[in-house]
Amino acid sequence: MNWYEFFAMNGYGFFVWGSYGVAVLIFLIEIALVRHKRKITLQQLRLMRDAGEEE
Amino acid sequence: MSINWFKYSAPSTFYHLAGKLIPWFAVPAAFLFVVGLYIGFFVAPPDAVQSEAYRIIFIHVPASILSMFIYLLMAGYAALGLIFNTRLSSMMATSLAPTGALFAFISLWTGALWGKPMWGAWWVWDARLTSELILLFLYLGFIALQASIDDPRRADRAGALLAIVGSVNVPIIYFSVKWWNTLHQGSTIKFTGTSMHIAMQQAMFITLAACWLYVIAVSLARVRSIILERERATQWVSELQEVRS
Repeated sequence: MNWYEFFAMNGYGFFVWGSYGVAVLIFLIEIALVRHKRKITLQQLRLMRDAGEEE
Repeated sequence: MSINWFKYSAPSTFYHLAGKLIPWFAVPAAFLFVVGLYIGFFVAPPDAVQSEAYRIIFIHVPASILSMFIYLLMAGYAALGLIFNTRLSSMMATSLAPTGALFAFISLWTGALWGKPMWGAWWVWDARLTSELILLFLYLGFIALQASIDDPRRADRAGALLAIVGSVNVPIIYFSVKWWNTLHQGSTIKFTGTSMHIAMQQAMFITLAACWLYVIAVSLARVRSIILERERATQWVSELQEVRS
């Protein structure tokens, strides 16, 4: 397996890896954002509940 | 036997079901993605004309197909929410929008990177590319419109109208290569079969399946947060394990 050739993609490396790189990046960012949203939503709910208990 | 069809249309029940389902979609998605790309890069041979550049197909085509499919799904859920007044349907529509938008973007981006070496242009205003760009704008419009309206039910209804009216764009994208003289190539895969090399077909369908499963996993995860937020005043939410701890 010639890795150099693999990454070069017969001269089209920029286009092929530029495509997959951005796609994978987007997937990872989307997953991170969804997880983050869940985290802050739960935080907000806890704050709400605590505020409610103070009364 | 009477089946309660509406059991899972209650946010409180669906929330738990969605949580259990996510790993069943996420794990196979990751696995199939790896398998599909392996076949696409190591089994499928170089193309006679396009050499190695054609391998972009394994992300470009699934992203494009899904960007259209997600839009129809989103509009369908929005319509259900409008007709039956079911909150969860509208929440699903809201949940699908960002994923759909991202796939439309991936379609355009990977298309541009494929078009530059093959056609000599990053972009042309041909029917398919332009209508896919419009699809992205429709997604963004839907997201922005819903975000701009405070009352959630009004936001649902307004978004639903936009989603439903915008659905006309999807058949336009699909048939554009048939109806107009476009730079974008016509369908390679027809009902009568295809001339594609078998390994290329396999890789493409496997990555399509992978992306599809990914979409389901992500939208189920996203809708759970939407449910929590919108149902925050309910007792079942305040009693949730994850809220208590």
